[in-house]
Amino acid sequence: MSAQPRRSAVLGAVEEIGRCGLFGLSLIAAIPASLRHLRETLRQIWFVGAMSLVIIMTCGLFVGMVLALQLYYVLSIFGGTAALGSVVALSLFRELGPVVTALLFAGRAGTSITAEIGLMKATDQLDAMEMMAVDPLAYVATPRFLAGIIAMPLLACVFNAMGIFGGHLVGVSWLGIDNGTFWGNMAGSVDVWKDVVNGVWKSLAFGAVTTLIAVYQGYSAPPTSEGVAHATTRTVVFSSIVVLALDFVMTAFLM
Amino acid sequence: MSQPRSSHAVGTGLFILLGFAALAYLATQTTSIANYRQGDTYAIKARFTNIGQLKLQAPVKLAGVRIGSVASIALEADKLDALVTLDIDQRYNQIPDDSAAAIFTSGLLGDQYVGIQPGGSPDMFVNGDQVILTQSAMQLEDLIGKFLVNGSPDKDKKDGASTP
Repeated sequence: MSAQPRRSAVLGAVEEIGRCGLFGLSLIAAIPASLRHLRETLRQIWFVGAMSLVIIMTCGLFVGMVLALQLYYVLSIFGGTAALGSVVALSLFRELGPVVTALLFAGRAGTSITAEIGLMKATDQLDAMEMMAVDPLAYVATPRFLAGIIAMPLLACVFNAMGIFGGHLVGVSWLGIDNGTFWGNMAGSVDVWKDVVNGVWKSLAFGAVTTLIAVYQGYSAPPTSEGVAHATTRTVVFSSIVVLALDFVMTAFLM
Repeated sequence: MSQPRSSHAVGTGLFILLGFAALAYLATQTTSIANYRQGDTYAIKARFTNIGQLKLQAPVKLAGVRIGSVASIALEADKLDALVTLDIDQRYNQIPDDSAAAIFTSGLLGDQYVGIQPGGSPDMFVNGDQVILTQSAMQLEDLIGKFLVNGSPDKDKKDGASTP
């Protein structure tokens, strides 16, 4: 009796993953058709990217500042506070920049994508498009997917730059580390390909999975207000889990 | 209808430009590219019996100031020593040709660099010259080995090994 629902829950999860993967394949297949709707893609980049800038920049600044404070405390135990610039930069570029940006992105842009598509479906707008011979996959889903992939690395770079600025603010202006030491150590230990570009690869992958999950949840949401509400919640939960798990796997491979 | 569309396009364009500007800033200002000088250089050679952990692009310093970088490291098969080519910035072409080159470590366990100790010759280094006086890298393992050997006479006194 107890084994039956558990097995079905596991099967349901596997089925959900499979559906999501197949949906991702159909999104990729719809990319050529969506190239006719470049304006829509552009509008989505504006919506998920440019409109997220304020939250990304604010959070980047504060993450950089708190990182400098915490690492200063740890480094002062070993008498190595001169390395503050390089540890702030490395932890931002390699880890915190892509991951925190992806989590914020899932909360800021992923939820609105899910809610928008879910409501479009609930109000039969997707069916109406199909009646007008417009493929909703190519006009609604794929532009948002592409916009997420394009916007995420750019947002992560802005986040990193603001984080460095915040770390500099705390480390140099407040804690009194020498300006030249801060930048010199950073420049000495950060590598363009191994650290900066590594973070860009990560954020590309995170952009793809978070928007895939958001679009899929919107598409598969039951056309009721409750269904859309649950789908929006699932977008945040699944995106966060997948981003953090994928982060571990990618770090292990890209190290 | 066209007005909001074009404002979207401008906003999107600004966002993309800002993103790439941030990437360019990260790539040039916070990484080691910021240290590479692309000015004119001249090459001088130096032979070392042991270069330790010296790496390509390691700095060459005179009086602590970076004046160039290590361009190539090769083993000279007939002499069985390391031939290191140093690219020196053309601005610093007043280095006497009897100057000595030594491999130092920045900090106790930091990266290694080539330090130039100026000599007194009236002639200056020119492209292709060779540094005669060189001093190899100090190997931490050798130091520890010497330390252990020197300490061995006091081996019967356990705490005697800690006095140098």
